[in-house]
Amino acid sequence: MDGYLGGYASLGLLLIAAALLFVVAFGANRLLSPRNPSGAKTTTYECGIDPVPGDWAQAQIRYYVFAYLYVLFAVESVFLFPWAMVFDRPGFGVVTLVEMGVFIAVLALGLLYAWRKGVLRWT
Amino acid sequence: MTIADVLLLCLGAVATGAALLVVTTRHLVRAGLWLVVALGALAGCYLVLTAELIAWVQVLIYVGAVVVLLLFAMMLTRAPIGPSEDLDRTRWPGALVGSGVGGGLAALLIHAYRWSQVETPEAGTAERIGTEIFRAWVLPFEVLSVLLLAALVGAIVISRPDIGAGHQGRTTSHGDRRPIGINSDNGAGGEETPAAHRSDHPDRDGGEP
Repeated sequence: MDGYLGGYASLGLLLIAAALLFVVAFGANRLLSPRNPSGAKTTTYECGIDPVPGDWAQAQIRYYVFAYLYVLFAVESVFLFPWAMVFDRPGFGVVTLVEMGVFIAVLALGLLYAWRKGVLRWT
Repeated sequence: MTIADVLLLCLGAVATGAALLVVTTRHLVRAGLWLVVALGALAGCYLVLTAELIAWVQVLIYVGAVVVLLLFAMMLTRAPIGPSEDLDRTRWPGALVGSGVGGGLAALLIHAYRWSQVETPEAGTAERIGTEIFRAWVLPFEVLSVLLLAALVGAIVISRPDIGAGHQGRTTSHGDRRPIGINSDNGAGGEETPAAHRSDHPDRDGGEP
């Protein structure tokens, strides 16, 4: 359990153990619990109200901008990890700090644009 | 064959199989979910090739964000639940292009490397990638921020026709403003919208126009 793949083998064993725990818990539940389904019991629960026909709600396009903003800032955060590892090393210093500042400032312009255009307003 | 070879073969087979299912399934939502499997297996390949940061970036960006964006784009359309029999399925051009590109790339790679042995390099940690980016590739890194900004502005302008050029004054008066052809009472994931927009649609009508 050492070396590069060995470290991930431990992680894999942990995942397998977690999956087994899940299977055992739900399998025991299925074996031990009484089952007596009826039409009313298998209805989709919707806050106690009978569900209205149709299981697909068409989303508003304005929510797409929020998903897109998430992608944008996920990409930004990905670059923060390598930057955080090296910016205090010898040979990097203030210049690297400024470089990341410029990167974040340009992306913040996008957020500013969205805010000024009223896209972030929850109408 | 080492353990790494076996793992790489298995993960490659999973990725290829899932990718084939993405393009052959008749259920659009399942295609998006098979894409999760394909991209996740690819992340596993990166991990076996000791590119740790790239692998986790693959999980975070592609499996997380991009698939969410794809499924979201699907939720904007009419109703892709269930098989879509009316999909455009002229198969031979796609098969031709796909097999041509795949065969060409395979021939090129086999010709370039033959069966030469390559030692797996030092693990591609965040530290090594950070050193490379901030020592040698600073300009592309900064240009990337401009590209992301341009994509965000483009997405906002395209997705919100009501705030395009010449309509700036209307952004603050949102009385009956709603995107064209889209019901305004159905939020994402059962999200509640304000009562003012729900008054004429008391029930969720399943997105039918």
